[in-house]
Amino acid sequence: MSLFDMTATDLLAQLQSGGATSVEVTQAFLARIDCHDKSVGAFLRVNREAALAQAERVDRKRACGEPLGRLSGLPVAIKDVLCTAGEPTTCASRMLEEFRPPYDATVVARLKAADAVLIGKTNMDEFAMGGSTENSAFQLTRNPWDLQRIPGGSSGGAAACVAASMAPLSIGTDTGGSIRQPAGLCGVTGMKPTYGRVSRYGLVAFASSLDQAGPLARTAEDAAMLLEVIAGHDRLDSTSVDRPVPSYSQSVRRPLEGLRLGLAREHFGEGLDPEVEKAVREAVRVYESLGATVHDVSLPHSKYAVATYYIIAPCEASSNLARYDGVHYGYRTDQSDRVAELETELASRRAETSATVLDEIDNPLVRMYRRSRAEGFGAEVKRRIMLGTYALSAGYYDAYYLKALKVRRLIRRDFDEAFAQVDLIAGPVAPTPAFKIGERVNDPLSMYLFDLYTVSTNLAGIGGISIPCGLSSAGLPIGLHLQSPPFAEDCLLRAAHMFQQATDWHTRKPVLD
Amino acid sequence: MSISRSEVEKVSLLARLRLSDDELDRMTAEMAQILRYMELLAEATTDQVQPMAHPVDVTDVFREDQVRSSLSREQALANAPHHDDEYYRVPAVLGEA
Repeated sequence: MSLFDMTATDLLAQLQSGGATSVEVTQAFLARIDCHDKSVGAFLRVNREAALAQAERVDRKRACGEPLGRLSGLPVAIKDVLCTAGEPTTCASRMLEEFRPPYDATVVARLKAADAVLIGKTNMDEFAMGGSTENSAFQLTRNPWDLQRIPGGSSGGAAACVAASMAPLSIGTDTGGSIRQPAGLCGVTGMKPTYGRVSRYGLVAFASSLDQAGPLARTAEDAAMLLEVIAGHDRLDSTSVDRPVPSYSQSVRRPLEGLRLGLAREHFGEGLDPEVEKAVREAVRVYESLGATVHDVSLPHSKYAVATYYIIAPCEASSNLARYDGVHYGYRTDQSDRVAELETELASRRAETSATVLDEIDNPLVRMYRRSRAEGFGAEVKRRIMLGTYALSAGYYDAYYLKALKVRRLIRRDFDEAFAQVDLIAGPVAPTPAFKIGERVNDPLSMYLFDLYTVSTNLAGIGGISIPCGLSSAGLPIGLHLQSPPFAEDCLLRAAHMFQQATDWHTRKPVLD
Repeated sequence: MSISRSEVEKVSLLARLRLSDDELDRMTAEMAQILRYMELLAEATTDQVQPMAHPVDVTDVFREDQVRSSLSREQALANAPHHDDEYYRVPAVLGEA
């Protein structure tokens, strides 16, 4: 078996037994990137030299018998929304094309402390807004299973690079499904931990009450190893929760006895592709054969989840993205033609009575903000900033934002009541397998509705994982979504591992020419 | 609740975005469609329901006030599109542009 085909767990065993060096492992993945990333487009940047230098450092430490971190010598890809000190961190936006953060995100710092090899930064929807990675300002990422199809998003690069064996481990972020949905569509394992489990320090904010970083990998075992490194309290993020990090990588192999699995009828309604439903129901039967019991649960408010999410997330985004003003960092419009333009417009619009118009065009600073943001942001980011600004504006706040926050509470209560009866809730992660590139770009609402099974996890702040559970007749991966009560990552990972011991869907790989 | 083109234009000023005529047309149609979908929430009964702004009950955290190093001026200015040795540079706010 080639090094790039191995799981991270097996690679680590190879490194520890002397079967391979970190330089060899890193070179194997770099070669794989050279061969296939031109067609897949998962990476925005590959840190070839830095990665090899780090691999050499780890090999040297290992040869000298020095103590090593838990990921010593394993390549890890990072979604380009996490700050890497001195290296570009673009969020796939023109706005941050030139931005070089002065510090590392805590997740990145922890990976470095664990002696990981940071191999590159992966593509995503601009500012993590989207579900297809088509909103990247720089490039498309293609699904390795069918290059005409989307990889999902927003962590499309993070999922595609694992699916195409260009990295054994990768870090994504999930605000409404952005780890789990691409993991499902690309046939890999991806987890959104409970809100607060992983520090958000240095994760460029989209929606602060929903954002959470998490692992993508081939297997639950690998995801457990990666989560164990990045999880934990951080004094630089006061919303990270101060509770001990269980030893996920130790417990993951222990099967769950008497697992109670919930099925919500709301997850099997209109719009669900029959092939996806069949694969998910078959996966549930696998759990039954492993001794799990299946129970009907009800999540009556889940029909409001997409509407609630697409109010709250844009509201938080409009506030968070106000920082991109063309002053402190990020893109600024070319100002050379500003004065002439100002004079022309003032003359032509002086007759207008609207005070706001005159205020605005009379103020060169506001004009600079508006132009910089208009030129620096893409269409979807603008749409969400507009929706959020509108929903928070005077006269609409109660009807939209406040109403959504109340429904959010009801969605959380549904889960609390369901989890009083079951340990995990199983369902589809996405209504269909990956769709074709370009198919939905002109229909934002249909893109939003694609998120119907994942957004409620973030609204409630609970945990979720997607694991491969089948292939469609067209040969496209189908993901099983498991949701857990807060801080039950251990249970999610163990359940995922049980399934992966009994099935081989997670071992299937796309054929790349 | 439908949204008009002039409302969209006003929101674009609040959002500090400048939208072209084409963008304004498209944005008005898309926002109207999306907001129509949001009307679904009106049917949810939310009397007596406390709004949930955050999944974690965040409480104030106190610590000793310690002097620590922070970004140097040079680092803080390094990413600015326009700056001099000491300050971020912006277009004049008052008086002549």
